[in-house]
Amino acid sequence: MEQSIILDINKGVAQITLNRPQSLNSFNTEMQESLLSALKTITRDDSVRCVLITGNGRGFCAGQDLSDRQQDDSSGPPDLGDTLEKYYNKVIRGIQTMDMPVVCAVNGVAAGAGANIALACDIVIAAESASFIQAFCRLGLVPDAGGTWMLPRLVGMAKAKALSMLGDKVSATDAERMGMIYAVKPDDEFLHHTQELARHLATQPTYGLGLIKRALNESLDNDLDTQLDVERDYQRLAARSEDYKIGVNAFLNKTKPVFKGR
Amino acid sequence: MIQIKITTSEITMLEDLNNLVIRSQADRVLTLTLNRPHALNALNTALLMELAGLLRSADKDDTVGAVVITGNQKAFAAGADVKEMASMNATDLHRDPRVQAWADIGRFKKPVIAAVNGFCLGGGCELAMCADYIIAGHQASFGQPEVKLGIMPGAGGTQRLIRLVGPAKARQMMLTGATINAKQALSAGLIAEVTAAEIVLEKAQAQAKQIAHYAPIAVAAIKDCYNQALDLELQQGLAYERRSYCVVSSSEDRNEGIDAFLNKRHPVYKNR
Repeated sequence: MEQSIILDINKGVAQITLNRPQSLNSFNTEMQESLLSALKTITRDDSVRCVLITGNGRGFCAGQDLSDRQQDDSSGPPDLGDTLEKYYNKVIRGIQTMDMPVVCAVNGVAAGAGANIALACDIVIAAESASFIQAFCRLGLVPDAGGTWMLPRLVGMAKAKALSMLGDKVSATDAERMGMIYAVKPDDEFLHHTQELARHLATQPTYGLGLIKRALNESLDNDLDTQLDVERDYQRLAARSEDYKIGVNAFLNKTKPVFKGR
Repeated sequence: MIQIKITTSEITMLEDLNNLVIRSQADRVLTLTLNRPHALNALNTALLMELAGLLRSADKDDTVGAVVITGNQKAFAAGADVKEMASMNATDLHRDPRVQAWADIGRFKKPVIAAVNGFCLGGGCELAMCADYIIAGHQASFGQPEVKLGIMPGAGGTQRLIRLVGPAKARQMMLTGATINAKQALSAGLIAEVTAAEIVLEKAQAQAKQIAHYAPIAVAAIKDCYNQALDLELQQGLAYERRSYCVVSSSEDRNEGIDAFLNKRHPVYKNR
């Protein structure tokens, strides 16, 4: 059987490719388990300094595979909360707490949980033909995989509510314009561009980048006073890193720094 | 990072060679590091006895002004040693030396800060609650999961948790055995501060150092009084505080502290 998740670790970049192209990379249980185990492998591998998540085929990820969700009246309603607790929530927590940049290359449609996994990543770049759909409302469901938390913070409450209740298809260009994602690239340059970006990030002072990620994530529920304390603590830590020393030396000697990620 | 593979027998050897609690002292601050890393610092009898012994001597040691208890990044302490517990019968439990060890830990007179990362569960949570306050890293988790094993908290958990977080949360935690994260522990009142994991220990040590340089008589009296607050009725508590206040006010260090403040200089305390 074809692997539903392909994990390729090379030169500091761990690329995760969602690989069920025949069903727009939608999640069945097997693929959820494989994604979790890929994330676990990455956190245990000290050589990894940047993660790139993308999809194979014309879609990025269509969310939950609904053929896994055929309603059978005799067995009562399914416990979707259980699926979230076991899989999606762990994926979102995993991405958010990983101490390194996680880049998402949204190659095509990102719907439902697929959209929200993309939005949980640190830097999201979409191909021009990609789109984002909060499809949950069409089935009477609630945006999950962090959607209700992430969306209002990215695009503001007004857009978050409308997008979640209407299930509109948002083009990559519109998504970029409203601040949902970082950038849009033409389809033909897209994969090359995002892989280059991930490779670049993996050569950067990634311990510091991890601290930036933590500080920014924490800022979302801190007041300024608390956040100033967070910055003080993280700057203290950052200045103790080898990379800081390497960076300062390279700057003073006008050489190119070779960072180690620690 | 270099990975060192150690076999179980080598770990047992290391454990025999090293202490179960590592002691280090700087600036009147004694740091006690729980050291059974391969067992997530499960608190076995030997470790508890060692910890209690170190605290007993620290109580008598004038060079110690405050104590920090810590574990490692993965675990402060994940609980009691379940394997050891399984081997104990009712008579063993009756003359269990851990009871005296816990009593000594709980009655320690100087300020203690628990610096917590990772698992702080069961006996580990009970140990952390014996400290005057807890500073924890973001990824720390707290709970009393004993009920899941058909047992119950046995080192003060049912009494201390309820005093710290209030009855609703404490009952829920103890009956379901659910763990809470550092942020939830902060809002529940179980811990005093959440910070980056890498910085937990040094923050605890810095605060311990600050406390250790105050007049020991005042510090001890404050600790003694707030401990009474949980047991005494308000009028009795206020009377207790009043008496302690008069005792502290008759100390030389009190005159030194006030004089230093008025003359804008650093006080030099003599523990008198």
